[in-house]
Amino acid sequence: MLLAHLDPLASSIFSLLAIVSLLLAFVMLGSRWLNNYLYAFGAESWVIAVLSAAIGFYGGYPELYYIAILTVLFRGLLLPYLIWRMLRRLNATLEIHEILQPSSALVVGALSVVFALVVSYRLGLSLGLLGTVTVLAFTVMLSMKLIGFLMLAVRHEAISQVLGLLLLENGMFLGAQMLIPGMPILIEIVILFDLLIVVACFGVLVQLLASHAGSTSSLELKRLIG
Amino acid sequence: MTGALLLAMLIAPAASALACLLVRTPFKPEKLNLAASIVVFAAAVPLTVLSGSGPYRYWDNYIVIDMPGAWIALCTAIVYLLASIYAVGYMRLLAEEAERLWSFYALFSTFALTILLTTVMNNAGLYWIAIELTTLVSTFLVGFERAAESMEAAWKYIVIVSAGISLALLGTILFYWSGSFVLGPVYDMTWDNLQLAAAKMNPLLVGVAYLLVLIGYGTKVGLAPMHTWLPDAHSESPAPVSAMLSGALLNGAMLGIVRYLEICDVSGIGHLARAALVALGVLSLFIGALFIVRQDGVKRLMAYSSVEHMGVVALGFGFGGLFGIAGALYHMLNHSLNKSLMFFGAGNVMRGFGTKEIRSIRGVWTRLPVQGTLWLAGAAAITGAPPFGLFLSELVILRAGLQRAFDWAVYVMILLLMVIFVGFLNHFREMYFDQEPQTETKLLELSRWCVAPMWFALAPLLLFGIWWPHGLWDHFAAISRVLSVGHP
Repeated sequence: MLLAHLDPLASSIFSLLAIVSLLLAFVMLGSRWLNNYLYAFGAESWVIAVLSAAIGFYGGYPELYYIAILTVLFRGLLLPYLIWRMLRRLNATLEIHEILQPSSALVVGALSVVFALVVSYRLGLSLGLLGTVTVLAFTVMLSMKLIGFLMLAVRHEAISQVLGLLLLENGMFLGAQMLIPGMPILIEIVILFDLLIVVACFGVLVQLLASHAGSTSSLELKRLIG
Repeated sequence: MTGALLLAMLIAPAASALACLLVRTPFKPEKLNLAASIVVFAAAVPLTVLSGSGPYRYWDNYIVIDMPGAWIALCTAIVYLLASIYAVGYMRLLAEEAERLWSFYALFSTFALTILLTTVMNNAGLYWIAIELTTLVSTFLVGFERAAESMEAAWKYIVIVSAGISLALLGTILFYWSGSFVLGPVYDMTWDNLQLAAAKMNPLLVGVAYLLVLIGYGTKVGLAPMHTWLPDAHSESPAPVSAMLSGALLNGAMLGIVRYLEICDVSGIGHLARAALVALGVLSLFIGALFIVRQDGVKRLMAYSSVEHMGVVALGFGFGGLFGIAGALYHMLNHSLNKSLMFFGAGNVMRGFGTKEIRSIRGVWTRLPVQGTLWLAGAAAITGAPPFGLFLSELVILRAGLQRAFDWAVYVMILLLMVIFVGFLNHFREMYFDQEPQTETKLLELSRWCVAPMWFALAPLLLFGIWWPHGLWDHFAAISRVLSVGHP
């Protein structure tokens, strides 16, 4: 287990990067402008790529450098570009329909981080890994998951939902890099490609949704009930 | 031998999909797809038989033919074959889509391929990817008709299921993590390796991971309360796709839950894992019952019945033991046959009457005598009435529950099955025997392609209800031994 025996510098770098990506998740949660979501998502992907490289360096996993490069290319450039194109085509700039004000969403987000911390603490206690970066890594992974779900629940613009799903993915990717850096590289690459296909499918679907259902807001999607 | 059969089973739909992309005429793709489905079926039957002497592993251990997987592949192959026959007749009725029919068949073959892939994946990560691929392909099948409702269903489907299975990925990562404490930081995440390491895994971590996987793949299986995409997707997609979604896809996702359940058994938290699965199963039956009683969409009725039956299968696996597993596997086969029959009938009625609303469908028997009779027999079967297969499988699952100290679940299950029996057949009473608002009793014409697969589904269903083949029981007993390693 890499995270259990780290030198202090490495563990500070890992913690810093993990916390920065968690903060960027909060930026996504607290913003009303779709462009800001996108920038925050792109930035978060870059942070995760740096984290991958750092883990590769300190943990002695050279293949993580490739993963870092792929992460920058896919998550940091290609996906934001695809979503930016979707945004431009749909002319959507602002999340108009929101159940929760961004400020309230931030509070709920903070609560979910507390919940994630409690769960991670219990797990860390049970695994005998308290006091290592593991607890932090697990907390960040779980919090980003919960914040992603929160975004899915309180945002209604199709693009926000796609970004919410991508946030879920980013959280998991971050956690996986830290907790199981030895995960076979094949799986990681397949998951990256899979993500690309997911976004491409979403792109096509958003287009179809706009032209055939007349709206990209899920609040308007209420023909099918019962 | 198994390798050749496996290749045939996977290459046939892939080739058909590619050929459909190249041909792009209205009528050739349907034959290509039909041919592929026949090859898949012809390969899946011997594979199921041969899997007994396996498991066989291929391609660096990433692919496996084992008994549980082969059984699900067989169920998939049956539904794929029936749905491909039916699609020929049904899709011709959608005259306005004739131009895009090649894309339908290309997607349809690919969909079958992705479901078959889920059954042979030996690596938990790749299994997740196969499940994800089924979602991506079937989304476009759900939205194929491009109506506002179909697009809405497709959107809800992809968002809910993607969110759901992202939880399954988290669970998968946690399983890998808990395995890494035992097997070291780098190892192949095969089902065997996980099971090998399971006894030494941290139970709390395995518990969290399992619950995430259960919720994640449970979303895909359509277990309540994660079932919300299912009625929309099943009711808005073209009928052959509904049959594939219900009869094939749901089983493929259930396989994942079953494999992880096995790991939980070995790691000593089997009781918690089973209780969670049983709870979801009971809740699915409950939700199914509520929405079946008050339902006005004919395909939504079938969709909620799928939620119910997946609940029954979940109960079977949750109870475990020989009876539980044998009952659940038999139930999968019978449900695959029966739900195909029901969706074919619903598609025919929808096309014949031009509506999806139960209240506008009257006098089915007088207007569609043959297909009406088949559909009614299917309705009796799907509610678990004898002498059809589902009656036997439900009975065996009930016995398993009584043996395994899940008495409360058994009693709730019996009660809810009775409610569903009355509620479901009441809708059929209305459609068959209520007075028609208008008096015209014009006979409706249906092509043979639309009715023949209903015969093909009903005949074995009746046979399996009267006679549970001895060989099949032995096969189930062997699967149950494979799946009950850590479960006494």
